[in-house]
Amino acid sequence: MQHNILELFYLIGSLTFIIGLKMLSHPETARRGNLLAAAGMGLAILGTLLFYKSDVPMLIYGLIFGAMIIGTVSGWIAAKKVQMTAMPQMVSLFNGMGGACAMLIGLIEFHHFLEADDNIGLLTVLASMVIGSVSFAGSIIAWAKLNGNMKREIRLPKYNIINTAVMIAIFVVLALVIGGWVNEVPAIYALFAISLLYGILLVIPIGGADMPVVISLLNSFTGMAAAFAGFLYNNHVMLTGGILVGSAGTILTVVMCKGMNRSLTNVIFGAFGGGGATAGAGGGTGDKSVKDISISDTAVLLNYSKKVVIVPGYGLAVAQAQHVIHELETILEDRGVEVKYAIHPVAGRMPGHMNVLLAESNVDYEKLIEMETINPEFPTTDVVLVVGANDVVNPAAKTDPGSPIYGMPILDVESAHNIIVNKRSMSAGYAGIDNELFYNPKTSMLFGSAKQVLTELVTELKNMG
Amino acid sequence: MTDFLSFLTVHIDMVYVLILSIFVGVEVIGKVPSVLHTPLMSGANAIHGVIIIGAIIVMLNAGVENTVALILGFVAVILGTLNVVGGFVVTDRMLEMFKKKKN
Repeated sequence: MQHNILELFYLIGSLTFIIGLKMLSHPETARRGNLLAAAGMGLAILGTLLFYKSDVPMLIYGLIFGAMIIGTVSGWIAAKKVQMTAMPQMVSLFNGMGGACAMLIGLIEFHHFLEADDNIGLLTVLASMVIGSVSFAGSIIAWAKLNGNMKREIRLPKYNIINTAVMIAIFVVLALVIGGWVNEVPAIYALFAISLLYGILLVIPIGGADMPVVISLLNSFTGMAAAFAGFLYNNHVMLTGGILVGSAGTILTVVMCKGMNRSLTNVIFGAFGGGGATAGAGGGTGDKSVKDISISDTAVLLNYSKKVVIVPGYGLAVAQAQHVIHELETILEDRGVEVKYAIHPVAGRMPGHMNVLLAESNVDYEKLIEMETINPEFPTTDVVLVVGANDVVNPAAKTDPGSPIYGMPILDVESAHNIIVNKRSMSAGYAGIDNELFYNPKTSMLFGSAKQVLTELVTELKNMG
Repeated sequence: MTDFLSFLTVHIDMVYVLILSIFVGVEVIGKVPSVLHTPLMSGANAIHGVIIIGAIIVMLNAGVENTVALILGFVAVILGTLNVVGGFVVTDRMLEMFKKKKN
C-alpha cells in the first residue's frame, strides 16, 4: 500500500516536470509552470520521506530534516539576494550543488554493488558519480570565472590533447574497474579524482561569450547524472526529471551555440582565440578615425528624432544603468519619440539575460524586440543608441570571413540614419576583436561610463523640456 | 552479454521511460522564444535537483552505525536541497519581473 502511494506521488511528480517545462516555454504560463514543477518536486520528496521505508530510526529522520532545513534556508536566501546581473553564476553554483549531490551518492553507493558483484549496477553508479563530479568541478570553475574570482581563460599548452587524454583515462579506468582487472576500491577513488580534474580542465580554457554554453552543457550533465541515479534506485521520478533536463539542456546548449553561429565542438575545443589576429588585420587601417559627440548634441539629436532604437549590452547591466535607460526611454516617449529595444539572442551573459535585466527595471515587455523583428526596422530608425554592446553590432560578422564571429547574425544598426555608440574607451569587445562600426561615417562615439553618460543625458533632456 | 540482456529485461520499463523522456525533453523545449532561455535553463536546473531523492534514499537505507554514509548523505541532502530550493526560487524571481511589467 505504502509503496503504491509512493509510486503515485512519483507519477504526479514526473507529470508536473513535463507540464512545468512545457509551461516554462511560454511567457504567459512560465511562472505557473515553474511553481507547478516545484510543487511536484515537493510531493516527490515528501512521498520519499513518508513512504519509502518504514521503521527508520528517528536519528536519521532528524539528520535528513536538519540537512533539508539548512539547504532550504541558505538556498532561499542566496536566491533572493543575488543581483540579477550575477544570476548566471548563481545558476552555475546551484547546478554544481546538484552535481556534487550525485557525486556523493555515487561515493556511498558503489560499495554495495561491489559486494553484490553487480557489474551493470556498478557501471550505473559510477557513471552517475563521474558525470556528477565533472559537473560539480566544472560548475564551480564556471562560477568562479563569472564571479571574477578567477582569470578568464587559462590555456595549458596543448590543452586539447591533455583534455582528451584525461577523458580517455576516465573510460579506461572505468573499463578496468568493471572488468575487475584492478583493485576496485582504490581505482574508483582514482576515477573520482580524474573526473574532478576533467571538470576543471574542461572549463578553464573556455572564456567570454562561451560561458553560458558551458553552464547549459553542465546543466544537462547534472540531469544525466540524476537520471543514472534514478536507474540505480529504479526510481521513475528521478529518471524522468534527470532525462528531461538532460535532453532539454542539450537542446538549449545547441540553440545557444546557433545564436553565436558556432558549433559545440568549437566551443569546447576552443577556436575562438585563434582567429582574432586575422580579424584585426582584416579591416582597412587607413581611414580609421572616429567621431566624437557631446552629451548635449546627443540630447538634441534624440529629442528631435521620430524613432530611437536602443541596443543594450552587458556593459549596460554591469554599469547598473538599466534604470537610467528606462528613465531616458520614458522621457523620450513623453516627447512623442518612439523608443524600442533591440535584443540580440546572446545579449547579456545568457540568452534572454538582457530581457531579465531590463524587466528588473520595469521596461515594458512589448518594447523588447527580438533581432529578426527589429532588423527590418533599422532603415526607418533615426537614431540607434548602442550602450555597452559591441560584438552583436559588429559588421565584421557579415563582411570579414577571417573574423572569429563571421557568420554570427547581428543587429543591422548600420542601416539606421545615425548611430551613437556609448563606450568607456576604444577597447575591443568581449570577443576581443575590433569593430568597424565605430569608424562608420554615420557613427558618433559617446565616451564615458554608461551610467554617468545616461544620467547626464537624462538631465540634459529634462532641461530641454 | 547475457548479463546485459537480463539487465535490460529486468529494467525494460525504465529503458522505455528513458527513451521516451529524451524525446519529450526535446519536444517540450523545441519552440521557446529566446526571451525565456535563461528562466528555462534555470527552471531545468531546479528540476535536476530531483537527485535529492537519491540522497534521501541513501540516508534512509544507511544504518545508524554507518557514520561515513550518514555524514556524506547529510552533506548530499544539503546540496540537493540547495539545488532544488535555490533553483526554483531564482527562476520565480526572474519570471516575476516579466509579469510585473505586463500590467
